[in-house]
Amino acid sequence: MIRRFRWLGDTYLALVFLFLYVPTSIVVFYSFNESSLVTIWSGFSFKWYAALTSDDELTSAAWASLQIALATAFSSVFVGTWAGFVISRYRRFRGSTLFTAMVNAPLVIPEVIQGISLLLLFVGLYETFGWPPRGMFTIWIGHTMLCVSYVAITVVARLGSMDKSLHEAAANLGATPMRVFTDITLPLISQALISGWLLSFTISIDDVVMTALLSGPDSTLLPLVVFSRVKLGLNPEVNALGTLFIAAVTVAVVVNNHFMLRRQRRREREMSLAYARESAALDHDPGS
Amino acid sequence: MSAATALRRPWRARLSRWLPSGRTMVIAAPFVFLLVFFMVPFAAVLKISFSDVKMAVPPYTAIAELHDGVLRIVLNFEHYGDVLANPLYIGAYLDSLKVAALTTLLCLLIGYPACYLIARADPRRRNLLMMAVMLPFWTSYLIRVYAWIGLLKNQGLINSFLLWAHIIDEPLKLYHNYTGLMIGMVYNYLPYLMLPLYAQLVKMDLTLLEAAGNLGARPWQAFVTITLPLSRRAIISSSLLVFIPAVGEYVIPEILGGSDSVMVARVMWDDFFNAGDWPAASAATGCMVLLLLLPMAWFQRLQRRELEAR
Repeated sequence: MIRRFRWLGDTYLALVFLFLYVPTSIVVFYSFNESSLVTIWSGFSFKWYAALTSDDELTSAAWASLQIALATAFSSVFVGTWAGFVISRYRRFRGSTLFTAMVNAPLVIPEVIQGISLLLLFVGLYETFGWPPRGMFTIWIGHTMLCVSYVAITVVARLGSMDKSLHEAAANLGATPMRVFTDITLPLISQALISGWLLSFTISIDDVVMTALLSGPDSTLLPLVVFSRVKLGLNPEVNALGTLFIAAVTVAVVVNNHFMLRRQRRREREMSLAYARESAALDHDPGS
Repeated sequence: MSAATALRRPWRARLSRWLPSGRTMVIAAPFVFLLVFFMVPFAAVLKISFSDVKMAVPPYTAIAELHDGVLRIVLNFEHYGDVLANPLYIGAYLDSLKVAALTTLLCLLIGYPACYLIARADPRRRNLLMMAVMLPFWTSYLIRVYAWIGLLKNQGLINSFLLWAHIIDEPLKLYHNYTGLMIGMVYNYLPYLMLPLYAQLVKMDLTLLEAAGNLGARPWQAFVTITLPLSRRAIISSSLLVFIPAVGEYVIPEILGGSDSVMVARVMWDDFFNAGDWPAASAATGCMVLLLLLPMAWFQRLQRRELEAR
């Protein structure tokens, strides 16, 4: 079926990719537009990038958001890896159903629900203990809760596809569980951790709902500034900002993917080499 | 074993009687974290949804009071009654369900054939193609929604092109209405649907299809009797992955939907920020949780089975 209608399939895929890529390409294209009328091309210019750097509201918000995104990326990789490790290593323990539910649920639960409930928790805590005030700290926790599941799921998937005998071998050779984790598990899942880190960073830096709910009066973050401008319609500065964002993410993802593929190929080559050597040794020594 | 570890044993052994085992601690740490920041907040929502509005910060009354040695618990069901009797909320819930269902359906119609084609492409190409599908998912969500304004506006690119080609005489209204909302929703949720679906389709045993072909099945028969049933679970779980968050979507209707769509997250948002009616917003949140409990439990079961299949 596929072979006969190959061109049909290719056309279909091309259309899907057109759908996926045209909108963002237009943002990139018009970010270099000289005119302030966003949909009319009048000439090439870096004007809006310059405007971006002198926009104080935007730059200070971007700085604050960058800090939160970095903190979120590290904390969600830490907690997410831990949670993912617990799921795939221990599987059944008291409360394991609840635990996996709590790891999986944030993937689907609407953000508004999670945001409002966390806000109410923090307000309740503030009422009773006078801490924490709404601001950077509460946003950080909220963003971490958004990202932990993604990291945990990738880690579970990665650990699931891993060879368990490596762990057993290390343990048999006398490594403590901690040593097995740092020397064997961590290096093997490092690629999953990098993707988790990147994803958490990008989720955190443009999350509107959680940020708006958990931010205090003095914390103005990038997504809130962008959101309030975007609601009014097109904005050339937002085009420039979006272009910078798209460029950064694309480079990071492509580089990460490239290294991942290269490592995978190298591992496969080494493994086939090892097998070849072993079978050659067996041929020479029929007694073993 | 070295002498040092042998010497350390006794106090370690004594201490370990008092401390929980390493395994328990390793499990407990993330468990407690998730319990505190995921489960406890829901309790807070339920608590506040049963309390009264008060002109203060926070704007609600306590539900349990210890007064002269008497514990008084006042549960106020009024807000739930209000939510269920309020045509605005009922309409918003129905609207959200409708939009989410339509989004899921359209994503499936567009995404399934695409996943199928990618999964059957040659291995080198399909990694590249799948990365191309996921790339927009990595770039800023807000920018991706915003990007559509330039296309959908009255003077936007779609209308300009259609006018220029004399296909239409006056601009189509695509922005700030249901059309814009649906386009934005499908665009943003498509990668969520495609990833799990692709993962299932790519690991399918192709010899089954060959066997069917050899036994005389036509390609479409093989598809209906083999491919579709085998990908059933992936279809359901990826649909839920789109449907459940889509019900509570806030940003896309706010930017692209305009005043046409009154999805429930927007009503909750207004109650919360503009009216300051926290108990009502909490009751609405509680209702939404109840509404989504069944699909969420379903998703949970599928995820768990997936985990155990490994």
